[in-house]
Amino acid sequence: MKFGVVTFPGSNCDYDAYAAAKLIGQDVEFLWHQSDDLKDSDVVILPGGFSYGDYLRSGAIARFSPIMKSVIEFAATGGLVIGICNGFQVLVESGLLPGALMRNEHLRFSCKYVYIRVERNENAFTMACQPGDILKIPIAHKDGNYYNFQADLEEIKSKNQVLFRYCDRDGSITQESNPNGSMYNIAGITNERGNVVGMMPHPERAVEDILGSSDGLKVFQSVKKYIMERAGVEKA
Amino acid sequence: MSNRKATVYVRLKDGVLDPQGVTIQRAILNMGYDMVSSVKSGRFFELEIDAEDGDVEARINEICGKLLANPVIENFQVEFEK
Repeated sequence: MKFGVVTFPGSNCDYDAYAAAKLIGQDVEFLWHQSDDLKDSDVVILPGGFSYGDYLRSGAIARFSPIMKSVIEFAATGGLVIGICNGFQVLVESGLLPGALMRNEHLRFSCKYVYIRVERNENAFTMACQPGDILKIPIAHKDGNYYNFQADLEEIKSKNQVLFRYCDRDGSITQESNPNGSMYNIAGITNERGNVVGMMPHPERAVEDILGSSDGLKVFQSVKKYIMERAGVEKA
Repeated sequence: MSNRKATVYVRLKDGVLDPQGVTIQRAILNMGYDMVSSVKSGRFFELEIDAEDGDVEARINEICGKLLANPVIENFQVEFEK
């Protein structure tokens, strides 16, 4: 299987995402923002960073790049897409995921390890986890405050689209463990179909114990497992 | 060719928390002015337009809805001048 990592001008976690894919033994290629070629990737990663300098709103300009046209088409046919941090911001701006990511409530850039609780595991990006698993993964953002209309928030909750929520070390969802003011402590969501995922924490920065945690590997291992199983079913 | 100018104002919808506005309002209080009870932040853009046909306003509105404002959280208002 092959990962494709998009590089926008200002992306700065593309090499970390590339390294994470290599670490789990998979093929991976960079996808340039000016190209519309996804190079037959099975999974597209929109990495963290400051695409187009975060001008206008985080992710707003990247949405109109040539590569995003292909990513949007790929997602529409069920292709697997994960946006991390700035990538999540690009996905909400593109309309591939519901809601918006606003300025952190405290207005500060926040760079630290947080705990997130896995809410669902019937998703390609969480299937190697159990519901209730607590992952220690770092955040690094200023615009990560998830917002949606109350009715739409209720809808994504009822459709099981909330994948990750900020929690404390023991997995309790508390106000103190919410690093940015996100509604419902939301750290990551999926679209209704389940093939597009966005998360503010950086799993690619937590893939080896020497980095402080290897919990982020579970996200990459999940999608690997999902694609391997899908390929097995197709062969059978 | 007519040259027109559009000024676009983008602001947060009512009910959407505006932490920047709140922080600015607190700063004004700290400066010793107690008569400002609320601040709302926003952005504005000036667009120079070269176009002759009649649907310019509709297309400018399209640009605002797709790019300059995020309709999930923001409203926009356009003022045209000849």
